Amino acid sequence: MKSVFSLCVQMSRPSIILKFILGLLWGIIHLAISLFNLWSLLIYNIECYLISSGLLWKYRDLHLDRLKYLAIVVASKEAKNNMKIRQLLCWLSTIGVKYVCLYDIEGILKKSFEPAMNGLRDGKAGEYLDIGASVNYSHCGHKEMVIEWLSGSDGKEGIAKAANLLCSTYFSENTHGNGKREPTFTEADMASALKAVGCGGPEPDLLLMYGPARCHLGFPAWRLRYTEIMHMGPLKSMKYGAIVKALYNFSKKYQNYGKLGFQL
Amino acid sequence: MAGSRTSCSPSADPKVEKTDEVVTTGVLASLQNFLRKCLIAVLSYGPMPKHIAFIMDGNRRYAKFRSIQQGAGHRVGFSALIASLMYCYEMGVKYITVYAFSIDNFKRDPSEVQSLMELMEEKINELLDNRSVINKINCKINFWGNLDLLCEPVRLAAQKLMASTAGNTGLVFSVCMPYNSTSEIVNAVNEVCAERREMLQIEHAGDCNGYAANNGVHSEISVADLDRHMYSAGCPDPDIVIRTSGETRLSNFLLWQTTFSHLQNPDPLWPEFSFRHLVWAILQYQRAYPYLEQSRNLAKKQM
Repeated sequence: MKSVFSLCVQMSRPSIILKFILGLLWGIIHLAISLFNLWSLLIYNIECYLISSGLLWKYRDLHLDRLKYLAIVVASKEAKNNMKIRQLLCWLSTIGVKYVCLYDIEGILKKSFEPAMNGLRDGKAGEYLDIGASVNYSHCGHKEMVIEWLSGSDGKEGIAKAANLLCSTYFSENTHGNGKREPTFTEADMASALKAVGCGGPEPDLLLMYGPARCHLGFPAWRLRYTEIMHMGPLKSMKYGAIVKALYNFSKKYQNYGKLGFQL
Repeated sequence: MAGSRTSCSPSADPKVEKTDEVVTTGVLASLQNFLRKCLIAVLSYGPMPKHIAFIMDGNRRYAKFRSIQQGAGHRVGFSALIASLMYCYEMGVKYITVYAFSIDNFKRDPSEVQSLMELMEEKINELLDNRSVINKINCKINFWGNLDLLCEPVRLAAQKLMASTAGNTGLVFSVCMPYNSTSEIVNAVNEVCAERREMLQIEHAGDCNGYAANNGVHSEISVADLDRHMYSAGCPDPDIVIRTSGETRLSNFLLWQTTFSHLQNPDPLWPEFSFRHLVWAILQYQRAYPYLEQSRNLAKKQM
């Protein structure tokens, strides 16, 4: 059977017919998945509707005490949709989230929101959370919420900056001894260097990803270690019920080593 | 997906295994092989991943649900790993990376850590003795992580296996053990720093005035410098990261390398992870591929 197959492949590899058949089958499989996805999207939308209308009891009482810090990652294309972002922030503050961090790789959110929020800058909250850029947001007339904006440059470039700082300290300490000691930085050194270059900050407990695929898009590594990453679909079709569901699922999570678990 | 299920069903059917008729099993096995190859051929029509990374989660839970010993769960997990490795090889995936042991895992019960280490030593030695599997796929095996944290026999065996497969040019199989991403980054920073120091010393020796120039002589450390010193240097970033057992966090695994990776969290526990789950993962990746590729290209342009 094996040899028949290899013969078949060998003979018809250049032929267009085989390629056509493979392409057709591939297309049919993906079409079937699309139909299946459409069906599950319908179910999901009905569920979200039921949650937001308050008909599902278990979602009514949300325990947010474990959610200290929430991160939102938005795909570049969708980050330009200011209205949706405002709406999202509004919902989060209604739900009672206290600290939010918004991230997109190009820094579109940072550019479009930070100047507008400058007047509202709150130094105290920033100090408390070790974050440079934070503002108090009480736009919706609900409870106050601290927001931080991050971009791709706070990720790998931030680590490179911290590495420069560590290296220059190392050189200034070792110039006289001709630098015989091997550099032995620890993770704690790195964390404080990151803080010093303004790329430190708390690790979010939950990260909601808005975009076509589940992908963190370079969210700062030092703040992503044990973060639960949940994919929420495209921003343009975001739903209040979906956020409530994600927060509910998060409250049921258990971690062995992260902040949520008991250290063994 | 329907296709993948039919191709797998013969092996999943216990009746087939029990049958004494060797001929029937032989025919079924080759039929299964044939169907699998057909399915892979169809799948390969779309974009295929070059690098898949696995977080092998759920071995202990598997043992608990099946009421078998914890160590046995890890053993079944190891067979699942070898099976996945062979399937990936058939699919033409060039790089496989697995999270075998986290630095945090040292916090587990000492007897469990001990038995895990013994399992690893045993399996590495098995691979060293019986080279048919490695030779068949011409596999190069890397160990990523702080090997100094391992006990002596395991470390020596790992180093021996790495050295003996270093020349192979086929599949590249990287085992992260004992690894975590933040320690990898710190290690890279240390190495870059040591490299800079050497450069400085050479310059210093050449300079008769002994003018110690520690600033400005060399350019700033860049992201590319750090990239060169990661364990993963020379290996493309993973296209898919699969964490089994439905958990949604990365648990300090390849945080630096997964900027544009498709993160998947299928429900089965690692020992249950089979061919159909792998096919499903690749189908999901193919759906996300246009977006991931677009984001990657956009980021490259802006660099």
